Amino acid sequence: MNNTMSRLIAARLGVMLLTLLIVSLAVFVATEMLPGDVAEIVLGQSATPEAVAGLREAMNLDRPAPVRYLLWLGGLLTGDPGVSLVNNIPVATLIGGRLGNSLLLAGVTAAFSVPIALTLGITAAMWRGRLYDRIVSFVTICVVSVPEFMVATLAVMIFAVQLRWLPALSFANDVQSLGELLRVFAMPVISLSFVISAQMIRMTRAAVIDTLQSPYVEMAVLKGAGQTRAVLAHALPNAIGPIANAVALSLSYLLGGVIIVETIFNYPGIAKLMVDGVATRDMPLIQTCAMIFCFSYLVLVTTADICAIVSNPRLRHK
Amino acid sequence: MKSDYNPMLSPNDASMVENAIRRGATRRELLGMLMAGGMTAAFGGSVIAGATRAYADTPKKGGRIRAAGYSSGTTDTLDPAKSSLSTDYVRCTSFYNGLTRLDETLAPQMELAESFDTDDAVTWTVKLRKGVTFHDGKTLTADDVIYSLNRHKDPAVGSKAKALADQIAEVKKVSDNEITIVLSGPNADLPVILGTFHFLIIKDGTTDFTTAVGTGAFTCKEFEPGVRSIAARNENYWKGEGPYLDEVEFFAIADENARVNALLSGDVDLIGSINPRSTQLVEGVGGFELMTTTAGNYTNLVMRVDMEPGKNPDFMMAMKYLFDREQIKSAVFRGYAEVANDQPIPPSNRFYASDIPQRPYDPDKAKFLLEKAGMIGANIPVIASPAAAQSVEMAVMLQQAAQQVGLNLDIQKVPADGYWSNYWLKAPVHFGNINPRPTADVLFSLLYKSDAAWNEAHWNNPRFDKILLEARGLTDDAKRKELYRELQLIAHEESGIGIPVFISNIDALSSRLKGLRPMPTGGMMGFSFSEYVWLDA
Repeated sequence: MNNTMSRLIAARLGVMLLTLLIVSLAVFVATEMLPGDVAEIVLGQSATPEAVAGLREAMNLDRPAPVRYLLWLGGLLTGDPGVSLVNNIPVATLIGGRLGNSLLLAGVTAAFSVPIALTLGITAAMWRGRLYDRIVSFVTICVVSVPEFMVATLAVMIFAVQLRWLPALSFANDVQSLGELLRVFAMPVISLSFVISAQMIRMTRAAVIDTLQSPYVEMAVLKGAGQTRAVLAHALPNAIGPIANAVALSLSYLLGGVIIVETIFNYPGIAKLMVDGVATRDMPLIQTCAMIFCFSYLVLVTTADICAIVSNPRLRHK
Repeated sequence: MKSDYNPMLSPNDASMVENAIRRGATRRELLGMLMAGGMTAAFGGSVIAGATRAYADTPKKGGRIRAAGYSSGTTDTLDPAKSSLSTDYVRCTSFYNGLTRLDETLAPQMELAESFDTDDAVTWTVKLRKGVTFHDGKTLTADDVIYSLNRHKDPAVGSKAKALADQIAEVKKVSDNEITIVLSGPNADLPVILGTFHFLIIKDGTTDFTTAVGTGAFTCKEFEPGVRSIAARNENYWKGEGPYLDEVEFFAIADENARVNALLSGDVDLIGSINPRSTQLVEGVGGFELMTTTAGNYTNLVMRVDMEPGKNPDFMMAMKYLFDREQIKSAVFRGYAEVANDQPIPPSNRFYASDIPQRPYDPDKAKFLLEKAGMIGANIPVIASPAAAQSVEMAVMLQQAAQQVGLNLDIQKVPADGYWSNYWLKAPVHFGNINPRPTADVLFSLLYKSDAAWNEAHWNNPRFDKILLEARGLTDDAKRKELYRELQLIAHEESGIGIPVFISNIDALSSRLKGLRPMPTGGMMGFSFSEYVWLDA
């Protein structure tokens, strides 16, 4: 590590905090613009003006919007994301268990799909143009074109309803052994892997092929390096930057973007929690979920950037 | 009514029988009814055997079930005052009891109360049952009941029943087991109102609803809003009989497809509210049953009579004649509905007036009325939304019927989000959706009275208001029935509300789950199945 790199990384982290602030403001403004507020929605059809006014006062909704935003921000900075307006349960408690569930699902999916995707991408690049490459490319296109709800629904119809091998619903709360974990996660993980692997495979293949065509790899081959050595030792280090970015983008989808899979398997994750929050205009809950999504996205992208910086010899040795 | 009683029985016949049973028809009457309809005695007999099967079996103790409703989120609550949807009702009825409970005809049966006495329908003396304990061992007293009733009037509680509770002027403690309730005006329906979901009894001083401490058949073992609840049998339940199950896990699967799949794969034993499209799927596989409940839920056409075009009674009446109710029933609801007659009281209600002639689909009459109103060729915007169940489909059918007589309906489909606050009660012609209510008085007071909060059509009929108030204070049921007939007739003829059908709710369940029967208070046995069902091994 030298100064240039530390400065680059520090700058990235600074931008990250600024982005979080801007996103929180944008989400707050967007929520304010939605029709109806939490008092009207909680009361639903029984929202008489009098009842709404009473409930608004009890929820502190009668204060001006900027004050409410600053109160929430102040709370967050001191580590308290506030209390859900809808059910008076601390947001931290609501999110706690479900964030764990989401991270578990994301982790299992990543652990399953990243190695497979990278292996397929790199090998396809090594044997590009051959039958193997064509099969991988064709299957990848097919998989990425099929929407995940269809994969998930078909999987449920076959493995849960017809064959009865796997449960149709995924209850993370009930998992006690590794066997159960596999049974419960099999279908959600496969559905999600289909979506994210395709992108990773194609990006990896493209990145590796790109570097394979550069003059220095050609030089290595001319000097007598075998194909495996040329790819793994010479081409791959230079392709890590783009690959890391592709992986980060794909994985960032796994927290907030899995609403469909959460819905189909009734998996109690954080994406559904945020949708609930938006449906009821529950500001503290929406804001905190948005912060978590934004933060995880930034962590992934920043990690990818740092990987790219660290793996780039020109930046490393400056 | 389970539609597997006999595959030859159409939903029409099934609901006819169901209604008859609900109204207390005897076996002989039913047989007569079915034979008049051209069925053989043997066939009719099997229908009734099926309908009464639930009562005949002996309940078995033990076992655990999983049941899935259809909506759940962070709004899930164990506070009866705030409970708003099926999921909350199912949970609250397993953990708490009411002073009364509504039976198959929506008549009140005593629960935590031993008796309700009144001379003038204003001052009520309520004796409480002795020896009832809460889950934490505390004995039920008058203080708990007084607290439970009074909190609805505090706006900060956010009670859904505030409007109903506001008629309670005062609740006084007479002794530990007796209270006096004084109303602001006479209301003979008080025991019915106090048997509804929001008025379940909680412990004096309760403000924390992260768990439920009630007197109900189950104790709350786990509750996580938007995720699930686990109810465990209350071994000290005051009724002595029941509950039969050891545990009931309840959660919601919002996606209907996923809900049906969860049932078919054996992951859950009971699911609420399936689409009529899915009924064949469920019936096609062995080991599952359907239960149809027609409780009085309806999607209605609202024509505001205080502005154009609803101001013109001929237009309003023409629209009512343009509903092809039979076709709406069969095409939109696949037969899982009952034809309605432009008034909100469902046939299951004890005050339903069955003698008001059914309004037919009559395009000629509609055309005549529209010509009279000078509205042939007019362009009328109609607002429909997925928020009001199936209103878009109904609007399209209405549009086609209107086109044939020379009226253009311009259907504006708007999103469900924000529909109730932005369009409902506001647009000149739009659709609403009304959930079942326990009494004729509540339906009319809430939706038709001149000063009602939800006077959808902005209707003002002094005669209607007067009869409504008179009927509310009467304790003589025969006289009340007469007055309610009059109100149904006025609503049918003069209000700006067109009600084409009452929508049936279809639940699906595993055949090993027994004891479930339709209740007019809602699907899943009036949302209170957990106390009454058992598993047949």
